[in-house]
Amino acid sequence: MCGIVGLFLKDKSLEPKLGAMLSEMLVSLSDRGPDSAGIAIYGAPSGNEAKITIQSAKPDRDFRDLDTQLAKALGVPVSIAVKSTHAVVRTRPDKIDEAREAIQALRPDIRIMGAGDVVEIYKEVGLPEAVVDRFDVRKMTGTHGIGHTRMATESAVTTMGAHPFSTGADQCLVHNGSLSNHNNVRRELIREGMSFETENDTEVAAAYLSSQMAHGKNLGEALEGTLSDLDGFFTFVVGTKNGFGVVRDPIACKPAVMAETDQYVAFGSEYRALTKLPGIDNARVWEPEPATVYFWEH
Amino acid sequence: MTATSKATRDQAHARVFDLDAMSLRELNQALHGLAPGSNETAWEVLNPKGNHSVAVGVDQPVSIDVRGSVGYYCGGMNSGGTITVHGSAGPGVGENMMSGSITVKGDASQYAGATGKGGLLVIEGNASSRCGISMKGIDIVVHGNIGHMSAFMAQSGNLVVLGDAGDALGDSIYEARLFVRGKVDSLGADCIAKEMRPEHLELLQGLLDRAGVTGVKPSEFKRYGSARTLYNFNIDNADAY
Repeated sequence: MCGIVGLFLKDKSLEPKLGAMLSEMLVSLSDRGPDSAGIAIYGAPSGNEAKITIQSAKPDRDFRDLDTQLAKALGVPVSIAVKSTHAVVRTRPDKIDEAREAIQALRPDIRIMGAGDVVEIYKEVGLPEAVVDRFDVRKMTGTHGIGHTRMATESAVTTMGAHPFSTGADQCLVHNGSLSNHNNVRRELIREGMSFETENDTEVAAAYLSSQMAHGKNLGEALEGTLSDLDGFFTFVVGTKNGFGVVRDPIACKPAVMAETDQYVAFGSEYRALTKLPGIDNARVWEPEPATVYFWEH
Repeated sequence: MTATSKATRDQAHARVFDLDAMSLRELNQALHGLAPGSNETAWEVLNPKGNHSVAVGVDQPVSIDVRGSVGYYCGGMNSGGTITVHGSAGPGVGENMMSGSITVKGDASQYAGATGKGGLLVIEGNASSRCGISMKGIDIVVHGNIGHMSAFMAQSGNLVVLGDAGDALGDSIYEARLFVRGKVDSLGADCIAKEMRPEHLELLQGLLDRAGVTGVKPSEFKRYGSARTLYNFNIDNADAY
C-alpha cells in the first residue's frame, strides 16, 4: 500500500494554506500506511538564507546551543528553529556544505533530513495525524509540497526509513511500490560517489534522480530515465526547488489520481485525498498514464 | 403508469444515506438487511467522496444512485442491484459482480469488472488498465477508451469498447468476446482478431441497446478473441518460460 500526496500551487493566494491542505490530503490516506509519515514543504525563497532540516532522537541534548556553536564554527550567523524531534538550521547559502559537516562533527547523532534554499522535511514513525500535529505542518506556508504515509515493505520502520527521501539540494521523492534492482543501482551510485543512509529502495530512487540531475538533466528527463533504469513497481512523486513531477512504471498497478485547476495541480494515491481541495468538483481529474512523465515548474 | 412517473415516484421515496452524516457501514448494513420483496427499492447515497466499498454485496433488486465519485470496489459482488455512480469510480468497480447492473457516469480506474460472473457494467467515460481482467461471464460496455492489459485471462462474457484499447488487449485470453470500435495498441498473447458473423452483430446490438448506446452500429466494431493455442502445454515453448 503506502499513500502519496502532492500539491503544486499555481495561485499565490493559496500559499498560506499549503500546509493545511497537504496535511488534510495526507491524513485522508492514513489507512494506506500506518508505519510512518512524512512531508516536505517548499517555502518561499528568503533570498539570502538556506536551510538544513535536522533530526535527533534526543532533541533536548542535541539542539541545545547548536546555533552558537555552529555560528562559531562557520563564522557567519546561524539560527535554529526547533520543532519536536526536528529543527531547521538557517544560514548563508554558500555555507551550507560546511554547515552539514560542522553539524555532523558537533553532534554525531543528528540525522540530516534534507537541505536547500527552500525545502523543509519532517518525518517520523507514526500515523499522519500524529506527525502533522507534532510538527505543526498545518500552519506551514509554501509553494508546493509532497507527503507520504508508509506501509513498510522494503526496510525497517524507522525515522530514516520514512519518506520523503532527499538526496540533493531541494530535491525529494516519495514512492509507492517496491524496486527490485535497487541494490544494483545503489552500487552503481556509490561508485559515482553518492552515499546512502538506509537500505531502503526509495532512497536509491531519490539518489538516482539526484545523480541524473547532477549530470545536467532536468526533472522531466531524469524521471524518463527511471522507466528504463529502475525495475519494479513505482509511483513516484518528486519535488524540486521550483518543480513537481509524477511518473508511474509501465505496469502501473500502484494507484494514482491527479487533478488540475487554474489554482493547483494535485496528486493523490486515491481520489479521496483530493475531495476537500477547493474547486475539485470542476477540476480536470485523471489517472496518470503508465510510463508517462508529468511535471510542472514555476 | 409511465416509466418516468415511476422513476419520479421511486425518487420521492428514496432512502437517502448521507455519508457525511452516516458511516459507510450503516449504509452497507442497511442494504444487506433488506428482506426479499422489500418495498425499499430506491436508495440514494450522498457525499461518497471517494469512499471505498460503497454498496458492496447488494443482493436485492434495488436501485441505488450514488451522487459523486467513489473509491475502491464500489458495487463489488453486486447481485441484482441497479447501481448508478453519478461521478467516477476508483479501482475494482463491480469486482466479482454476479448479476444486476452498474453504470458509472464518469471514468473508472483500474480493473473495472474484474472476475465478474454476470450482470452488466457500463462505463460512460473511460476505463483504465486491466478492465475486465479475468472476467467470467460479465458484460462490460465502455463508451470511451480502456487501458493496457484489459481482458487479461478473460474466461467468459463480453467486453465492448466504443473507443480505443491500450497495449496487450486480451493477453492469455481463454474465451470471452472483445468488441472494439477504435484502435487497439497491441494484442496480448493468444488474442487475435476474429470474423464478425451475424450472431456476433446481433449479440453486440443487444449489448449496445442494454447499455443505452445509440447512433453506433455493430458493424463499426472489430471482434477479438482467443486463438486457443495456450490451452495445452506445448513442449516447443518450454524455453519461453
